[in-house]
This record gives sequence, structure tokens and C-alpha cells, in this order.
Amino acid sequence: MTTQDLGAAGATGRPVGGVATAIAVSKSFGATRALIDVDISVAPGEAHALVGRNGAGKSTLVSLLTGLARPDGGQILFDGHDAPPLSDRAAWQSRVACVYQKSTIIPTLSVAENLFLNRQSDGLRRISWRALRARAADLLAEYEIDVDPSAAASTLAVDQRQVLEIARALSFGAKFIILDEPTAQLDGAKIAGLFDRLRRLQDSGVAFLFISHHLAEVYEVCQTVTVYRDARHILTAPVAGLDKDALIEAMTGEDRSERAEFAVAEYTPKAEAKPALEIRDLSLAGVYEDFSVTVGEGEIVGLAGAGGSGVVALGETVAGLHRPSGGSVTVAGRKVRTGSVPDALRAGLGFVPEDRHAQGVVPMRPIAENITLTAMDRLARHGFFTGDSLRRAGSALMERLDVKAEGPDQPVGALSGGNQQKVVMGRALANSPKALVLIRPTAGVDVKSKESLLGTVRQAADDGCGALLVSDEVDDLRIAHRVVVMFKGAVVAEFPSGWSDAELIAAVEGLSGTGTDDPLIAEREQQNIANERPGHE
Amino acid sequence: MSDAASAPPADPAARSRRISTRWLREFSLLPAMALLILIGFIESPNFLTSDNFLAMLQQSTELSVLVLAEALILISGRMDLSLESTVTLAPVIALWLVLPTSGNRFNGLGFGVEWLAIPICLLVGAAIGAVNGFLILKMNLNGFVVTLGMLTMLHGLVIVIDGGQTIFTLPPSFAYIGNAEWGGLPASVWVCGVLFAVGIAALGWYRHGRSLYAIGGNPGAARAAGIRVERTVWIVLIIGSMLAAFAGMLYTGRLGSASASQGTGKIFEVFAATVIGGVSMNGGRGSLFGALTGVLTLKLIENVLTFGHVSAQDIEFFNGVVILVALIVSRYTSGAAQD
Ligand SMILES: Nc1ncnc2c1ncn2[C@@H]1O[C@H](COP(=O)(O)OP(=O)(O)OP(=O)(O)O)[C@@H](O)[C@H]1O
Ligand SMILES: [Mg+2]
Repeated sequence: MTTQDLGAAGATGRPVGGVATAIAVSKSFGATRALIDVDISVAPGEAHALVGRNGAGKSTLVSLLTGLARPDGGQILFDGHDAPPLSDRAAWQSRVACVYQKSTIIPTLSVAENLFLNRQSDGLRRISWRALRARAADLLAEYEIDVDPSAAASTLAVDQRQVLEIARALSFGAKFIILDEPTAQLDGAKIAGLFDRLRRLQDSGVAFLFISHHLAEVYEVCQTVTVYRDARHILTAPVAGLDKDALIEAMTGEDRSERAEFAVAEYTPKAEAKPALEIRDLSLAGVYEDFSVTVGEGEIVGLAGAGGSGVVALGETVAGLHRPSGGSVTVAGRKVRTGSVPDALRAGLGFVPEDRHAQGVVPMRPIAENITLTAMDRLARHGFFTGDSLRRAGSALMERLDVKAEGPDQPVGALSGGNQQKVVMGRALANSPKALVLIRPTAGVDVKSKESLLGTVRQAADDGCGALLVSDEVDDLRIAHRVVVMFKGAVVAEFPSGWSDAELIAAVEGLSGTGTDDPLIAEREQQNIANERPGHE
Repeated sequence: MSDAASAPPADPAARSRRISTRWLREFSLLPAMALLILIGFIESPNFLTSDNFLAMLQQSTELSVLVLAEALILISGRMDLSLESTVTLAPVIALWLVLPTSGNRFNGLGFGVEWLAIPICLLVGAAIGAVNGFLILKMNLNGFVVTLGMLTMLHGLVIVIDGGQTIFTLPPSFAYIGNAEWGGLPASVWVCGVLFAVGIAALGWYRHGRSLYAIGGNPGAARAAGIRVERTVWIVLIIGSMLAAFAGMLYTGRLGSASASQGTGKIFEVFAATVIGGVSMNGGRGSLFGALTGVLTLKLIENVLTFGHVSAQDIEFFNGVVILVALIVSRYTSGAAQD
């Protein structure tokens, strides 16, 4: 088989002579049809975006294109040649490298070994740990990842792990690289650094399949976009000729005019309202200092900051994951014992963690059980809970959060990435919390579900819950009544609703606090810009 | 990419700290062992003698080989309870096949020459591992329940074959490795040492050995990295059962007999030694050297109890208590949760 005879036409009449091509592939998991006769063809040197709602089948296609699963029907070709047999992993690896949506870092092994997993040495040769560490140090330096190559991978933060995965995938020297939501856990500076690198690789002839729910990224790095919806191929078109609304319409199959708009009204506390969440002089040594904020009943406070600003650690401290070096947390008038998750939960705090793989879900258990995990006590009658009440409560939450699944009994591990995130969100809401701490709650969630997810946060707030929303995504922060910005552990700015994207982003990046006419700040801004690329934080 | 020489030098302080914590974990049982030796020394002048230590070493060999097997399996993220029955079944089947059809209390099938008992014994082990692997990996059954079922079934099979009697007639070739001496040390100690050396080298410095850690740590990630997870686990299960069969040979040779009751209850000791030695029950963590120190610690405890004139009827109780205490202590000295 040659590229030429296949170049003629695929099942859909489109040319298929690409570095990687799928022709009419299908895949089912039991009753779930994840892909139905879909095509995709990635041309040499092209950055090809694949978009679609949560559960559309994107990650399933990735597992077929990387040889982790066999399609039920259809054909996969690389450079016009049939894909190697699944058992020949080495052959697959020479054709395609991949950053998977699920973490493929092995926490118990060192950073160096993770980077060179299964290629620590050639064939049967003895591993030289010294050489391996040196190779890893080189790679880490190249990607400006500031970690010790022999540290255990379990000690890394979520974003460091993500960069590690990217560095590893790119280091194979493959001509075709798949990135499944590589940016969901990264901040602006790291994303910019990644895109620089992708462009350089593209110049040297590498082709990409890029999956993301951030459509702006699609426009920034990709030339072609393919849309899947409900397991089917909807369209493939050059990015240049497609506006954002048309793209979203293709993804959702709905007219864009009916979308929800979030107009944030001024927050006016009710007269008798007491604060839902009160944080006083909270400090975590070396991470952030003396942070105070009061979140009223029904108020949503955004907390924005880049990686290294301490916002994530702050949110986690409030939820009890870290013991602060000083300060206090009060939930609905009840002082919480800091550093204790159970106590925070008992006080009525709902929490969406950053790392859903490690802290979020119990993958083998059914959705209903996961989503109601925090509410077991309430659902239980005389200490017992019936499967029925569990399933009913689970179904209700699933509906509210737009979880796409077979039913409440499906194990969470079988859900698509974005739908798992919704389950984590549901768990935080299940207990009718008095206060919510949400860390990047919409990571990996599609455009439409994002709206409904943020809608539920608004709903919870309208019902009297106070929310602290930790995020660096302007779309998330738009639902907040005010946004507090942190930079390197200190509060640098606060914006009432009505801020512009530019001023918020500038504050997040540490470029300006209150106004830029201040000569000192302007100078710092200059320096920051000079330092910013590549990748200084 | 730049060459290795231009790599940024790692922070030396961090480095030495790291190395010291790793060593701490590897050798976390040494203080406990030293303490036990001290107690033994105070108890009896006969404790700290080469005779006692040689006997103790030889008695440790079967357990060590079993622990080697279980540690490999646990590191790969699986478990095998049936090793306990393999220890007795493999020698009994081998003897049953080769022993003459008449003239002894136990009559075999007289199949082939006597030295064949050795390869048959190992092959039976391999077959049991292969069956376990098939049930767990191909039929996707739960490993705990499968090997628990095998444990019971194989134990029953031993009784079916030997009719509940003890086999005293052993071909000399078969008994050799369990009671010979090489250069003043029991042969079994040498062989055991070599097996551990090979295992430690494979898991520390060879790609295929390292893949066990990857599989135990995150099988999905291991598969994505190109490791053939199923095949590797299957091989580990087979090797584990072969090691158990070999342990059975050592045991039979040392005692000069084979019977159904020989291995009973051993699996608890195997797991205890492995976990005390720092191997995680959840896979992906631990070392063979650590597991070996776990065995030696357990055997020291047993020995110290014997010298402390704990009566034979109480020793089981005390043994259990001390193992639990050892588990708790090693939880703190190693600094890691035993999961
Ligand atoms: N192992 C599995 N077992 C059962 N169903 C599965 C499994 N993996 C995926 N699915 C189902 O297949 C469908 C497609 O999932 P997939 O992960 O491909 O979605 P996705 O497009 O990547 O979504 P997301 O944007 O949320 O990552 C979903 O309905 C999901 O529930
Ligand atoms: Mg996905």
C-alpha cells in the first residue's frame, strides 16, 4: 500500500495520505458507543485540533491511534501503511508519541525513571543510574522544570507532573505527537512556553493532534480542526475560515443564540447575613502570607493567580489539606480546626480539589456512590443507606451537572475526563455546603458543560452558599462578584465585577496591581516582560 | 541536546539527604536485628555461636525463597496465596511420579529415572503459576480469591495423591540440595544467596526488572510506555511458583520427608516478612534486599523466643504477637505507610 493509492479518497471522500489516518473507525465499551465510523487525517507538519464535548470520543480515538486499544471496525494507517499489531509496542512508539489525558506518571518511581520509562537502557544492557540522571537533568533543564531528577514523582505538583509528561512525549523524537488536553492543568506562562515549543517542532516537520476545550488555543496553534459530536465525525475544516460561534455550534449541535449569559449583579449582602467563609491572616510558610478574605452568604469571590502564586495551596489549606503556620478559617460562624479535612467538611465546607486523579474520585466505584460520598450521613436512615436513595440522589446530581454516562451505576473510571470532573463537582455540592472552595473546577470541561457547571455554582450561591473560586481562567472568574489576585504569595489587586480581561491577566502575571502610571510598577512590568519568555515565573 | 557533562550540578546537600533516606529505608530493620541479637546474647551463651547462626540461616532459606517469590509478585501489583500449597504439592507430585511402584510404604508410578524428580518439581511449579496467570489475567478473575481457591484446592490435591501419609523415601538427587554442605555452609544458603543476588541485580539495574515497579505503580502508564504488562505479570507469577517449588525441594531435602502438613500456615509468615521488609501490598514499592532483612528479622525473633524458653505450646501465640509488633515498629522506622 502506498501513500499515493490511498491519497485518492477515504470513506468520506477526503484525502487520507497523512502521517496518521483513521478511516471509518468504531469503538464501543459494552453498551456505550464511543466512536461510530469516524475519520481523521493528520497531514505532515500540520497542527490538527480535535474538539468536541465531554464524552464525544476524543480520548477514545487517542487510545486507538496510540495502539492501547483495538478499533471494533475501520482502519488506522501511518504514512499510508497499516498500523502495527497491538503487541508490537515498540513499533507504535516509533510512529506516535502521546500526552494522555489520564496521568501516566508513576508516583513511586523517580522523576528520571519516569522520563525514561522502559528506555532506561538499550535492550539487555545494565542501567547506568548516573547517566540516566544526567540525561534527565538535561531534559528537565531544556524544559525549565525545576525539580530534582531523583526525587520521587509523587512529590511533584500537578502542573509539574503535566510538564513532565509533555517533556517525555516530545523527547521521543516522533514525527507525530498527540496532546490530549495538555493545558488543562497549566497556567498561562507554561502554556505559552508549550506553544512556543510546539511551533518550533512544527517548523521541523512534526505533526500534532491537539485536543483542548480552550477554543482560543485551537485558534492560536492549529491549522485544521475536526469536530466530533456524540461519537460521530461532524466536520473538518481549516481553522482560518471558521469562526468561534460556528465551531461551538458544530460541537453542541445547537444554535449559539440561546446560550446562557452571566451578568453578575452587584453583591448586596442581606441585612442579617453572616459571612459564609471567613479567612483571617492565613499563612503557609514560604508559600503565602497573611491572607484574609470574607465571603458573604451568596457571594462568589474569585481568587486568581498563576502557578507559584500560592492560590492553589491557599484553597487546599482552607479545605484542610495543609496545616497553616498561622491564621484561622471560619465556616458559617464555626471555627474550623485547620489542617483537618473531616473538620472542614463537618463545618459545612464543600471542596473541589485540583488533582482529581489522586484526591477526587474512587474510580472503581459507581458514579452515584462517588457523587454522594460526602452526603452519605444525610442519605442514611438510622445509619443505613439504601441503594435506592443513593441512586436517586446520584441521578439528580448527575442531571444537574450534565454528566454524560450510561447511568448512576457506571464506575467513574469509565467516564470521560470532563465527566469525571463534573462528578467531583457534584460531590462538593451533594452535602448542601455552607461554603465552597473550588480549585480550577472547570479543568477539562467542555464549553457548554462549563456554562452549566458555573451555573450550578451560581445556583448554590443564590441558595445562600458562599464560594471561593480559585482559578486563572477568566471565563470561570466572570461569575464572581469580585476577584482577588495573588502574586508570589501576596494579594496584589482586587477587582469588583466589570473588570476587563486585560487588567486581570496583567495582575495575575504580576505586571500591575492598581494602575500602571506608577513609574515603579511600569519598570517592574518591563522587567517582567523581559523575563517572561522563556518560562520564568 | 547538550552532553551529560554540562548538566547542572544537583544540589549536593539535597543529594546526600536523599541517598541517606534511601539507605535508611533499605536498612531500617538493622537496628531491630541488632537489638534482637543483643537480647539473644543476654539470654544464652549458646545464642551467639556459629552453630546456632548456621542452623538459623539454613532454616531461613525456604522462607527466604518464598519471600523472594512473593516480593516479586507484590511489587508487580499482584498477590499469590497459593505459594504455600505449591511448596508441598510440587515435590509430592514429583516424588509420586518417579518413585518405584512397589517396595516402599509410599508407592509411586515408577515413571522415568529418579533425577527427573527435580525438573518435574520445577515444572509443576511453573504450571501452577501459569494456571494462576491464566485465571487472573485472561479470565480477569480477582487474584486474591483465585489464589485463595488454588491454595485450598492444591492442598487437597496433595492429600489425594499421598493419601495423607508422609513420604520418607527420597531419591538422593532430590534431597541433595536441601542437606548438602558446600565449603562449610549449607548448599541451600549458597543457592538462596545467589537467587537474591540475581533478583536484586535484575530489579535494580535491568530494564525488564524495573518494569515490575512500573507495572505495580501504574499498569496503565506502564502499558503506555510500551511495557507488555500482561506478559510480564504472567512471567512473574510463573517464576514465583517455580521458586515456591524450589523452596519445597529445599524443605523436603532438609527434613528428609514430604507431607501435606509441611507448608501449612507458612503464607502468613511469608506476607509478614515481606511487609516488614518494606514491600508494599499495593504494588510498585519495596526492595528484595529489604524483604530479605524482613525474613532474617522474623527468624531472629523465633530464635530469641526459643532461647527465652517460651514453651512449644505458647510459641505460636508469641510469634504472632511479635510479628504484629514488628509490623508496627517497621511502619515507623521506614517512615512510609504500609499499604
Ligand atoms: N473504559 C471505558 N469503559 C466504558 N466506557 C468508556 C470507557 N472509556 C470511555 N468510555 C465512554 O466512552 C465515551 C467517550 O469517552 P472519551 O473519554 O473518549 O470522551 P472525550 O471526548 O475524551 O471526553 P473529555 O472531553 O471529557 O475528555 C464516554 O461516554 C465514556 O463514558
Ligand atoms: Mg478525553
